[in-house]
Amino acid sequence: MTTDKTTFNLNGRSVSVQSPSDAPLLWVIRDELGLTGTKFGCGIGMCGACTVHVEGRATRSCITSVGAVAGANVMTIEGLDPEGRHPLQIAWLELQVPQCGYCQSGQIMQAATLLKDYPNPTDQDINAVMAGSLCRCMTYLRIRKAIKLAAGRMQEGATHG
Amino acid sequence: MLCFRRGRYRPNPAKDAQWNRGAYLAQAVSDCGGCHTPRNAIGGEKLRDAYSGTVVDNWIAPPLTEANPSPVPWTQAELFSYLRSGVDPLHGAVTATMTSAIRGSLDLPIVPDSDVRAIAVYMSDVDHAGRRESNAQAATRQALQNSSLGSGQEYDPDANLYASACLSCHYNTGAVPLPARPELALNSALSLPEPTNFIQAVLGGVGSTDGAPGLVMPAYASSFNNAEVARLAAYLRRTRTTLPPWTDVEYKVSVARRELSASH
Repeated sequence: MTTDKTTFNLNGRSVSVQSPSDAPLLWVIRDELGLTGTKFGCGIGMCGACTVHVEGRATRSCITSVGAVAGANVMTIEGLDPEGRHPLQIAWLELQVPQCGYCQSGQIMQAATLLKDYPNPTDQDINAVMAGSLCRCMTYLRIRKAIKLAAGRMQEGATHG
Repeated sequence: MLCFRRGRYRPNPAKDAQWNRGAYLAQAVSDCGGCHTPRNAIGGEKLRDAYSGTVVDNWIAPPLTEANPSPVPWTQAELFSYLRSGVDPLHGAVTATMTSAIRGSLDLPIVPDSDVRAIAVYMSDVDHAGRRESNAQAATRQALQNSSLGSGQEYDPDANLYASACLSCHYNTGAVPLPARPELALNSALSLPEPTNFIQAVLGGVGSTDGAPGLVMPAYASSFNNAEVARLAAYLRRTRTTLPPWTDVEYKVSVARRELSASH
């Protein structure tokens, strides 16, 4: 364990943090940097609530040490879109996906990586990639619907825009 | 020094200039054998077993010969992509000691493509990839067919463990795996005779400076106990390869865990 400063990019700006390099990225984001949109769920990388992006890839921040992201670009739900209007966020609102809402920022961050890899996902693609993101309110069907709605619009945007 | 033999690289007249350049770079400059060739009692490389693979820093440096068990043989194109960038979609990303061989030298702009290509030409001759290339498509197709296993509603606790922890990043669909989604069925970590590399990757993860550029895999050492890592290993070996099961995996996980905590 070292207490050297770790520097990385968070939502587009460079941050240097004092937490030990083996501190979970989630703690650093929430407690040291004060961004609380990312949630603590299970703490062992098995529920997806803490999902952020590292270099655009969905990553469980509760078991990723801050030292492992040195120099990398990290994005949280706060940085996904400056006004919270990412196509997934719009679809989420329209379809009223959340119930209690606790897991949803992780769900959206995971879904964003899914659509980057597979812009037109099948049910199987959604089931597989979203398998690690649990929702105890069981909003899974609305999540799937919202992903497909956002996917459709993003593809239209890509064709016409 | 006992094993040092003075001399210059002697070109093999039966091979062309590119092959010889690759052989020279691999043997004299890059020292591929330094990790991939087993050593004798006094630390010299056993030249008769050149590139047959050995253990370095608690990881297996896999064989670079025909004995390499990756389902898709390492062809010239894949060796080039891996050595130049640290990642190849049909084999996975660089980790462990090999990271410094790529990040510290082969991916630097000062190294010309032609030199990396020459090493790839030489190494794809060492592993006789040309003879085995016909299996590649079938192996890739098979891997992608099995990639979603675990995502259904099956009552298999091992599959559920895999789906919760691993599938969201390692799932692939389509004709070829994505470089950012290492396809486990094609990775030698599952096809080597020992689970060493699989265990190391699960326990220790992969940092932003290892592996594919920027790609991070969390360390699962505090998430899983030894029995759970062993169950994952057995599950993947059973469902993603046709090879016989590994033995004593739980014990091997406990040894790797001790080594990992000693090194921190």
